[in-house]
Amino acid sequence: MAEILVYVDHVDGAVRKPTLELLTLARRLGEPVAVALGNGAADTAAVLGEHGAVRVLTAEAAEFGDYLVVPKVDALQAAYEAVSPAAVLVPSSAENKEIAARLAVRIGSGIITDAVDLEAGDEGPVATQAAFAASYTTRSRVSKGTPVITVKPNSAPVEAAPAAGAVEALAVSFGALATGTKVTGRTARESTGRPELTEAAIVVSGGRGVNGAENFGIIEALADSLGAAVGASRAAVDAGWYPHSNQVGQTGKSVSPQLYIAAGISGAIQHRAGMQTSKTIVAVNKDAEAPIFDLVDYGVVGDLFDVVPALTQEVQARKG
Amino acid sequence: MSLRIVVCVKYVPDATGDRKFADDLTVDREDVDGLLSELDEYAVEQALQIAEEADDAEVTVLTVGPEDARDALRKALSMGADKAVHVDDESIHGSDVMATSLVLAKAIEKTGYDLVIAGMASTDGTMGVLPAILAERLGVPQVTLLSEVKVEGGKVTGRRDGDTASEQLEASLPAVVSVTDQSGEARYPSFKGIMAAKKKPVEELELDDLDLDEDEVGLEGSWTAVDSADERPARTAGTIVKDEGEGGKQLAEYLASQKFI
Repeated sequence: MAEILVYVDHVDGAVRKPTLELLTLARRLGEPVAVALGNGAADTAAVLGEHGAVRVLTAEAAEFGDYLVVPKVDALQAAYEAVSPAAVLVPSSAENKEIAARLAVRIGSGIITDAVDLEAGDEGPVATQAAFAASYTTRSRVSKGTPVITVKPNSAPVEAAPAAGAVEALAVSFGALATGTKVTGRTARESTGRPELTEAAIVVSGGRGVNGAENFGIIEALADSLGAAVGASRAAVDAGWYPHSNQVGQTGKSVSPQLYIAAGISGAIQHRAGMQTSKTIVAVNKDAEAPIFDLVDYGVVGDLFDVVPALTQEVQARKG
Repeated sequence: MSLRIVVCVKYVPDATGDRKFADDLTVDREDVDGLLSELDEYAVEQALQIAEEADDAEVTVLTVGPEDARDALRKALSMGADKAVHVDDESIHGSDVMATSLVLAKAIEKTGYDLVIAGMASTDGTMGVLPAILAERLGVPQVTLLSEVKVEGGKVTGRRDGDTASEQLEASLPAVVSVTDQSGEARYPSFKGIMAAKKKPVEELELDDLDLDEDEVGLEGSWTAVDSADERPARTAGTIVKDEGEGGKQLAEYLASQKFI
């Protein structure tokens, strides 16, 4: 059976959920072989094996942390050459897309980014993508070389599929370009204890209507009652009310959770581009004419300062 | 020696317009007004700021696209870029990121560069990988997705705000940089700038000038193929209620009915 190379996103050995979703998709195409790099790489094997990885190639080296992107490309290329896979799948993130794209150049392959579904086809994997702020759905293939495809979080369920998950050390030699861009400092993001925005099953976002950083507390309170991540529109971020790392939209994160709750967000195209593929969309807005109401499954025309706290209280009461 | 900055820009259909696909499944550029991709304005802005800081610098804006793409170059020139290069060749129509990056890399090499600056992504294709691909093709350091950038003493430094950490980066020139929308508001062209832009040189290039063959680019030469593009069915009209004191409760009931709580 053809082998499918799956690039692993992990933090010190803790595998992030989109990688497990990717294994579900990889199993549709062949036998998943995972490649995990950096600190704790070998610790990923157990959970990867439980979800279908027959082998886990690992490499640890200081270069992965000390220099930007290219050392990881060198390692992924080494894995590609060792495995000769039928396809290379990578979880979409800003850095991972860059890694995938540089690998594609090196191996003479086409690349498809941000797929939301993958299936086997006569001429190789067929990728579904959302285009033009998700107003179109396209189906595409890589037509030259070994397909390199990045897949967005929340595109497939996580499924248990026990496999060997045998750890093998990957030999990597770094090329001349590997040390080109030095990481001279790194400040880890402060953990909020909330789920990662792109991976969350529920996202609660606030926009212009929140009207001040001090008011984001009511958005956070609703998010916490639902176990959700917190997002913000560009208007709220540009106003300095919430960090850019939480921005949902064209120039921020693109999310497709099970449930998206937009509070005080009008729904400009720039925002819709980042959330329109959400399964269920709910909005609270004072303006009955706001374009967000064209997207919603359920909308409340009203003041978010009344509706959101009442909802939070109701959620807590029902849980309690 | 003068610091040669090349800014890659893209002419895209207006995101607020009714964007669609043409019959050959390429982006329809006829029926929707086009403009300089908003995210590329940040690249032009940073290029101009870097040039202003340098003793001697020249900013060239480069685009690959049809005749109308000249509008994007004109905008960048009116913001203050010195000259423009326009690669316009019918056989490029339908090129994917691999084919387009091949053309761009050749044009950048032909123009000559110390620093290449691009936006974080286009607003139509939204892949966000072109700068990394250019660095790979040109064989120079990639210093991408910067929300702060500085060029000094033959080095580029900057801050990259990633998913899990904020990183300080440093590389020697020549290099490829991309900047995010956090890098700083782009300037508006002044009246004087708009008038001056009309006299600035725009070099026209075709594939022959770049030693590229037709079969390396375009729909046929691309590395990917689009089999279908369908308009997403409009979301079925949802339930909209007016809050008359019970809005929060009604919303909770809806969420409970959908098993979210």
